[in-house]
Amino acid sequence: MRSKIPKRIDQDEALFRPIDHTGTGFYVTLGILGLILLWALYLYVMQIRFGLGLTGMNQPVTWGFYIVNFVFFIGISHAGTLISAILRLSKAEWRRPITRMAEVITAIVLAIGGLHPIIDLGRPDRMMHLLEAGRLQSPLLWDVTSITAYFTASTVYLYLPMIPDIARIRDRGGKLKWLYTFMAWGWRGTERQKRVLNRAINILMVMVIPIAISVHTVISYIFSMTLQPGWHSTIFGPYFVVGAIFSGIAALLIVMIAFRKVYHFEDYLKEIHFQYLSTLLLIMSLIWFYFTFSEYLTGVFAAEPHEMHIILYKFTGPFAFYFWAMILCNFLIPVVILSFKKLRTIAGIFVASVAVVIGMWLERLIIVVPSLANPRLDVPTGIYVPTILEWALFAGGLAVFVMGFMIFSKFFPLISVWEIEEGRTHGRKEVEERIHSYLPRSSSPSHRGLD
Amino acid sequence: MPKWAMVIDVDKCTGCGACVVGCKMENNVPIVDPVEAQNGRVMFWMDMMTTTEGTLPNTHTKRVPKPCFHCDDPPCTRVCPVGATYRNPEGLVAQIYHRCIGCRYCMAACPFTAKVYNWYDPKWIDGAEIGNPDVSRRMVGVVEKCSFCSHRLMKVKETADLEDRPITDGEYIPACAESCPAEAIIFGNIENTESDVYRLSRSYRVFRYGEGLGVEPKVYYLARRTDV
Repeated sequence: MRSKIPKRIDQDEALFRPIDHTGTGFYVTLGILGLILLWALYLYVMQIRFGLGLTGMNQPVTWGFYIVNFVFFIGISHAGTLISAILRLSKAEWRRPITRMAEVITAIVLAIGGLHPIIDLGRPDRMMHLLEAGRLQSPLLWDVTSITAYFTASTVYLYLPMIPDIARIRDRGGKLKWLYTFMAWGWRGTERQKRVLNRAINILMVMVIPIAISVHTVISYIFSMTLQPGWHSTIFGPYFVVGAIFSGIAALLIVMIAFRKVYHFEDYLKEIHFQYLSTLLLIMSLIWFYFTFSEYLTGVFAAEPHEMHIILYKFTGPFAFYFWAMILCNFLIPVVILSFKKLRTIAGIFVASVAVVIGMWLERLIIVVPSLANPRLDVPTGIYVPTILEWALFAGGLAVFVMGFMIFSKFFPLISVWEIEEGRTHGRKEVEERIHSYLPRSSSPSHRGLD
Repeated sequence: MPKWAMVIDVDKCTGCGACVVGCKMENNVPIVDPVEAQNGRVMFWMDMMTTTEGTLPNTHTKRVPKPCFHCDDPPCTRVCPVGATYRNPEGLVAQIYHRCIGCRYCMAACPFTAKVYNWYDPKWIDGAEIGNPDVSRRMVGVVEKCSFCSHRLMKVKETADLEDRPITDGEYIPACAESCPAEAIIFGNIENTESDVYRLSRSYRVFRYGEGLGVEPKVYYLARRTDV
């Protein structure tokens, strides 16, 4: 390693440490994950060669793990950009160490989730038919459109606030200078550049919120636009969005706790950040329960036979275990842990978040499979048992997620350095002024009204 | 424009399964390995819905033939992302095998589970590779289903066009109707008020599956009993 310029080795040196120092643990983990990914890729090649017969899907359960994981991963991706945009928009000062990680989750998980429908295709070689012969009337095309829009917006939204940090790495010297020079786009930190950047971020964060909401709404439309009992429900749009944000916050908390531990970010990701985010998780858990309750109560009360058949299949039938496990993971565990101060430690929050992620995955499973397994007519009901291939691709997806994060952390700081700095200098003053402006007969030194 | 429809008289049907066999041979529907078939990969264009009621020894078995219902407002064509399944002007719901990307959305959207999927590359018994030359064979990874033997319609249309006359009743019938020994499957143009299909579709015994869904199936069932 070349000697670094000692100047500007500032308070936030700890944030650059993962870029400069890489331990053996990193390579070992990366190797293991790489093997999992290779295994998944091998099995996927087999699927292409022999057909989807290698999966556990059948008639009538024509969709299985791939679609479940598609909905699940896209849901997780709402952690990022949406939460970061809302926090930025509401000028929550505590967002500063969180936003970057949240946005990285979105970019990586969206790429993984977006690949799932392609994995699910029987003829991936004809994928381009979606562009050549695409019918915009099909909810699947809505998906293609909104996921593409979301992926574009969220990668730009991840990249823009990274520019000042990339410039800083460039100025520190060290490895891959050409890459950082290229990616920093000539950032010098002039007043004008800062103004332009802030403006761009502001525009994007407003745009990204409706796009993010549209993505999961449209994914729910895949199901709710059909006539199938258990799917054909008007509540599905908001229900899916709520579930997505819910699982997204949980994933964000897991990532934060993991990297805090691995890279020793205790100084940046403080107890208070976890307290705030877990409050949000608790609220989302209650909202999720409200939606679930409404969805099933309307079904049970009206008791339309086909609808009721599916509901009983979930309540007491073959899916009862998954259904009640979902209620446990999504509602009981997080609410109990997060409501009591004693349990609401970082370890407790970690347990709650893991429970929520598992619970939300189960919810996707419960939505996709039972409706397909119980067709309207007297044809044999289906059983769906995923094969090793589907498990492998699920594990492969998770491996890509962790690998993506690990590799990202070796090139860019996981916590936005310049935003932390801005918080120290500008943020403090701005908040003080803002509070002054809230108070009656403000005695603020620079009383400027709306700003 | 004619509107092709089918009437299946369940009171006449003996449940012999000749329609299933006739359909399979006519349309080159692949014969699936028995183990795979047990796992829900069986391929029928004309399916025999079979349910057994009661407990032994007092059981009774219901057998109802089920082709694609060729809905007038098909839920499957609405969701297809590439237009590989569509309703043609004569009301037949068709599949374009070479355009299908295999997403199986139409299968998930069909309320009658009428579609089947090529989970593997179809295998053919020695000597049966050629099958019916009028029907194209399907490849791995695409959805297929009953076409009301539309290849037969094409042939009939050609002769009728040459002779400059409309298609007569009973000239175009699918393989299942042709092979039914009990004459329980009647096929024809329901717009033609002279046709048997028209007459039978007005029977007091008539019912359709999914009547309340608004998809307007073009397969009518006749049954005196109400519990079929």
